[in-house]
Amino acid sequence: MSRWLLPMLALAALIGIWQLAASSGALADLLGLEPFLVPSPAEIASALWENRSLLAENAWVTLREIVLGFLIGLAAGLGFAVLLRLSEMLRRIFYPLMVGSQAVPILVLAPVLIVWFGFGIGPKLVIVALICFFPIAVNAADGLRSVDPEAGKMMRSLDASRRQILWRVEAPTSLPFVFSGARIAATYAPIAAIFGEWVGADSGLGVLIREDSARLETARLFAAAAVLAAIALTMFALLALAERRIVTWR
Amino acid sequence: MVSVRAISHSYGELEAIDRLDLDLPAHGVLGLVGPSGCGKSTLLELIAGLQQPGAGEIEVDGARAPAERLARCAFMPQRDMLLPWLAAIDNAALALRNRGAGRGAARAEAGRLFEQFGLAGFERARPAELSGGMRQRVAFLRTLVAGKPLLALDEPFASLDAITRAEMQGWLARALAADPRTVVLVSHDVEEALYLADRVVVLSARPARVVEQLGAPAPRAADRDAAVTDPAFVAVRERAMAALHRGSQ
Repeated sequence: MSRWLLPMLALAALIGIWQLAASSGALADLLGLEPFLVPSPAEIASALWENRSLLAENAWVTLREIVLGFLIGLAAGLGFAVLLRLSEMLRRIFYPLMVGSQAVPILVLAPVLIVWFGFGIGPKLVIVALICFFPIAVNAADGLRSVDPEAGKMMRSLDASRRQILWRVEAPTSLPFVFSGARIAATYAPIAAIFGEWVGADSGLGVLIREDSARLETARLFAAAAVLAAIALTMFALLALAERRIVTWR
Repeated sequence: MVSVRAISHSYGELEAIDRLDLDLPAHGVLGLVGPSGCGKSTLLELIAGLQQPGAGEIEVDGARAPAERLARCAFMPQRDMLLPWLAAIDNAALALRNRGAGRGAARAEAGRLFEQFGLAGFERARPAELSGGMRQRVAFLRTLVAGKPLLALDEPFASLDAITRAEMQGWLARALAADPRTVVLVSHDVEEALYLADRVVVLSARPARVVEQLGAPAPRAADRDAAVTDPAFVAVRERAMAALHRGSQ
């Protein structure tokens, strides 16, 4: 609990300062904006409550894109890492390509994906999955390779097959690495989903944020951003909890 | 049981072993000592079938191909290499599980030896909950449970403090007296090798060659401290040390 006390106090202090600065008009003056463009935390909370059904409806759309896209990226990343571990040749060919692929701005490909896959959930899943794939695949591949060679020799002399060494030694060893990659992916996934929605969608928090931005509905825009942050934080916390439950030996 | 004939081995330009011959009868314990980096562990891995020598022949229990030698040999590395996510009993039963035994059957078989190894009550403990000596005993148990004709032990007590190491040496000597096995033991500690082995081969600095072979003083006292301070033991240890110095030059 004490671990969370200081960050929570700092957050409360920041919100308090923001409230004072916004409600007194000081923040709007500082930014040279009209006061209605700079909502206070209380106004954002009020917008959150008043628009709860609209926000929940759109959050559900975005949440589905985030979770499904993340799971697809996770499965693909883990599968790819296992393939690279089992074949030295595949690793030599694809590991540098995988790292190099990060030079391609995947978000910029979003319009093309909309053209290819239409306006449904498909292109958003592809974008989220592509964004999640890299940190998971690289961390899992590094984790699988991090096994002490002596453990491999020991297992070979205890009649373990290649598959048994993978599942009994390498996979558990890689778990902390996989969770690190998954936590990074979980923080990227909401941004990827929102971007996908900006490029082409008719519902979702990204659509709401885009519309509110055009209508200068800043309080509701911040409320949507708060819901998105809550989704990202929840995913991060769930992954941290899962890691504590699963990786019990660290 | 183990026959090594004129083996040489290199890592690229680096010559690790040069035309080396060894023999070990069944139920014999052979100690390999030599200066650091002389190729002792490489020799052990070659015998165990974990590597194939560049030249020469190795036979273990009639098997020559590396995979067949590996099938006859259980390797215990320097560090215990216990899998931290498995309970002690599941670590000990790894070979049985690898061969397809169910978890219950494997645990039952490995569990039978826990009391004899002073590990009763710690079957479900994770490695992190065990002392250094207990971890080494679980690692040795894992090696024994594999049921292979040859045990290849690579400095099994090197990571332990002096007192625990002495205790473990006494414990291993008793375990091997009760259940004789064919063992190749690599050690950097001449006293440990002479105390545990029937015969000790002193190797030279790289590339490894046999400098001297010494028979361990027999009969040995059951108590380790009494055994290693016996004048006959001390005399052989002095010879081994002298050979080690010659081989290091």
